[in-house]
Amino acid sequence: MADRATPAKQFISALPHAAALGMEVNEIADGRAVLSMPYDAKFVGDPRTGVIHGGAVSALMDTTCGAAVMCHPDNPSATATMDLRIEYLRAAIPGQRITASATCYHVTRSVAFVRAEARDEGDTPVASCTGTFTVGTGK
Amino acid sequence: MKPPRKPEPVQVIKQRRDGVLGALVQGVPYIQFLGIQFERRGDELTAILPFDKSLIGNPMLPALHGGATAAFLEVTAIITLSWGMLWEDMESGALNIDPEDAATMPRLPKTIDFTIDYLRSGLPRDAYARARINRSGRRYASVHVEAWQDNRERLFAQGTGHFVMPPRGDV
Repeated sequence: MADRATPAKQFISALPHAAALGMEVNEIADGRAVLSMPYDAKFVGDPRTGVIHGGAVSALMDTTCGAAVMCHPDNPSATATMDLRIEYLRAAIPGQRITASATCYHVTRSVAFVRAEARDEGDTPVASCTGTFTVGTGK
Repeated sequence: MKPPRKPEPVQVIKQRRDGVLGALVQGVPYIQFLGIQFERRGDELTAILPFDKSLIGNPMLPALHGGATAAFLEVTAIITLSWGMLWEDMESGALNIDPEDAATMPRLPKTIDFTIDYLRSGLPRDAYARARINRSGRRYASVHVEAWQDNRERLFAQGTGHFVMPPRGDV
C-alpha cells in the first residue's frame, strides 16, 4: 500500500501539533500505524518524578489512532476523533522514547473503531486506549 | 469577652491563593508548553487555552488537535483536583511552593483513566474549561470536565477521569 502510505505519512508529520511534540511516523499501512515521540523535559507532568504528562501520551495516542483510520483501505481519508478512552497503566520511565501502535479493527460507512497501546523502552505497556472515529465528511 | 478575630485583609488572601495557584501551574512543564492559564474566582477555577498555531491538528479545516484538547481537559482536571486537595493547607498558611524547586511541589493526583467525548471540532481560537469533582475520596477521585469556546452552553469537548490521590499528611 505504498501509494497510500506515503502521502498519509507526510500528512501526519506535517500536523502542527504532532510536529510540536516531535512525533515520527514509523509505520503506516492497512489500518495499522506506529508513531513515536521523544522524551523531552518540556513534556513533564509531574516535576517531582520527571514523568511525562498524560496529555502528551494522549496526543500521541490520538494521532496514532487517527493515522490507523486514515490508512485503512475502506476509509475515504478524512477523519475526526469522536471518543477516546485512555488507561494509564504505569508511569513512563523518564528519558525513554514512547511508541504507540494502533489498529483500526473495524470500519462501517460512518464509524471507525480503533485500539492502541503505548510503550516506553521497557517490556510492559504504559498506556492502552480505545477510540471511535468519524469516517468521511458527513456528520 | 475576647473580641472576634478580625478577618484577614483581602489583599493577603488574594496574594496567598493566587500565589499557590500560580506556583502549581508554573511548576508543571507541560502546562507551560501548552500555554494553559488559570483564572480564579474564590475557589472556582477556569482554565484557558489561548490559541496557538502549534495546537492545530488538521491544517485543512483548521481545527484544534484532539490530543491538545485531551491534554487541556486532563490538565484542568488535575489542577482543579490538586487545588481542592491543597485548599486547607493553603488557607492555614502551611503550604510553601516554589515552582523553581521541584522538591517543594505537592504530590499530584495520578490519572488512572480518562475518556474524552469530542462533540464538535475545536475552532482556531481560545478555549475554556472547568472541572467538577464528582467524588473525592481518600484514595480515588472522579472528575468531569467541560470545555467550550464561544458559548458556554455549546461544549466542544467533555471528559471524565479517575485519579489516584497522593498519600495524605505529606504536602
